[in-house]
Amino acid sequence: MSDLHFKTITELAAMLAAGETTSVAITQAVIDRTAAVDAQVKAFLSYNPEDALSQAKVSDERRSAGKSLGPLDGIPIGIKDTLAVKDQPLRCASKMLENYVSPFDATCITKLREAGAVIWGRLNMDEFAMGSSTENSAYQTTCNPWNLETIPGGSSGGSAAAMAAGEAIATLGTDTGGSIRQPAALCGVVGMKPTYGLISRYGLVAFASSLDQVGPFARTVEDAAILMEAMLSKDPLDSTSIAPQGETNYAAALKEKKGPWKLGVPQEFFGEGIDPEVKANILKAIDWYKDQGCEIVDISLPHSELAVPVYYIVATAEASSNLARFDGVRYGHRSDEAKDAMTLFTKSRGEGFGDEVKRRIILGTYVLSSGYYDAYYLRAQKVRRRILGDFEKAFEQVDAILTPTSPTPAFKRGERADDPLAMYLSDVYTISVNLAGLPAISIPSGFTESGLPIGLQVIGKAFGEADMFAIANAFEQDHDYHKTMPAL
Amino acid sequence: MSETPHIDIDYVANLARLDMTEEEKSKLGSQLDDILGYFDKLNSVDVEGVEPMAHAHRVANVWRQGDQPGETYAPEILTGMAPDHRDNQVVVPKVVE
Repeated sequence: MSDLHFKTITELAAMLAAGETTSVAITQAVIDRTAAVDAQVKAFLSYNPEDALSQAKVSDERRSAGKSLGPLDGIPIGIKDTLAVKDQPLRCASKMLENYVSPFDATCITKLREAGAVIWGRLNMDEFAMGSSTENSAYQTTCNPWNLETIPGGSSGGSAAAMAAGEAIATLGTDTGGSIRQPAALCGVVGMKPTYGLISRYGLVAFASSLDQVGPFARTVEDAAILMEAMLSKDPLDSTSIAPQGETNYAAALKEKKGPWKLGVPQEFFGEGIDPEVKANILKAIDWYKDQGCEIVDISLPHSELAVPVYYIVATAEASSNLARFDGVRYGHRSDEAKDAMTLFTKSRGEGFGDEVKRRIILGTYVLSSGYYDAYYLRAQKVRRRILGDFEKAFEQVDAILTPTSPTPAFKRGERADDPLAMYLSDVYTISVNLAGLPAISIPSGFTESGLPIGLQVIGKAFGEADMFAIANAFEQDHDYHKTMPAL
Repeated sequence: MSETPHIDIDYVANLARLDMTEEEKSKLGSQLDDILGYFDKLNSVDVEGVEPMAHAHRVANVWRQGDQPGETYAPEILTGMAPDHRDNQVVVPKVVE
């Protein structure tokens, strides 16, 4: 069973139930694989094999006693370094939190533990989830397993790369402007961002609170659905969390729902800036849906080109406020040069934060500052409502929207490092979904001629996860892209 | 926003309580001018009468069901996170004369 690490949750759950393998064997396979390939991929910031194996042993004992907790019981799941896991480091890939250890579990982690999952290592990311390439980590640059010279996307680049390389059976990421879907597309795996509020943000280090959501990376749409079901909760510890609404038995629903669906294709997502190979690939995927009897509707999201500027005003404003807590007093980095209250703040923050974080704090502070608030922040909030209105109008006609996830496949390391604006445009197709609070999933839809993965994005209605999963699953069932693994 | 926007980085960095080197400031200056220029796109849309949107869904106040004690942490766990601490208190540089 040397390929346990590349199996899906549903495959492994069936093997476990049949007594063909154990959680310890699966966890050991993932540990061995990580030890073998992570020197190349650099997906993990840290991991603890003993801790994972002891959780696996407990799972096996539970199963032997006939008390299995379901399909996630005994499955090793890697965690982005922005989510709190009790007694594990939580650094947000920042020097600011170099020595921080979480005193508690994030609610999504608690929910996974209740489902029996084995909580596995800490995955690399852009510092404080700010970036689209994972090059902004203060510790290491993660490589895309499909081509080690290219970036894995970001900010959840470690979570995506670990999946592609077989270093976990599933992983968690967070998505503020595309940070799950874009790396999932670039690494050829499934990545899903839920409707805002569906997963508790308690224990997620806040970047932009009105946009941040936790979500799963998985090998298949069904696996992502299983993970989502396990993490649903109306959490008293997160006042923005919302009780699950509508159909929430996602894994069962995706097999029952067969369509045909009415699917919208926004013309604005196929214009300037899209790579010709990506465009051709996504148009082919749309044709597949048409061949299945789906009605393809040309729709317009006229404010789409404003999503990137709105996002970088709203998100940086919220970040400048959220990151004010890192002041060198109660936790995190404190400068040795701190002589008084002011230098305690300024020196500690100047030393602890990296370039991109500083850039966003300055930008966010500026757009909120006296004299500029109305022109930038208030106007951005108004345009945000226009963007939501575009989606609401489109969803009067269609069940879901199909777009590319990223305008380009994975790019070379360093290519956009000194051009923040070019980097920001990596998220041009994902950002509007966060602004509108909608669910969306990226699934593998093929490869470029040079062998880099391409992702198709399915955007659902608010709380329309069940339909969104079913639409994505239909495509996956008829294609083998998700079964192709990179050679490492 | 009609004139070319330009950020006074010293002023904003002070507001943000962020120490930056001269090199960092000069690199950031030109990058931010590019980004602010891009933000001007927002002037192309009419937002007259549009209600600003702070949140994806309508959020209401969340009331607690009475005062229910929950899990708490020992003081040494919380103060132990501080870069400097003594007797379950956080130590900071002198802030008053």
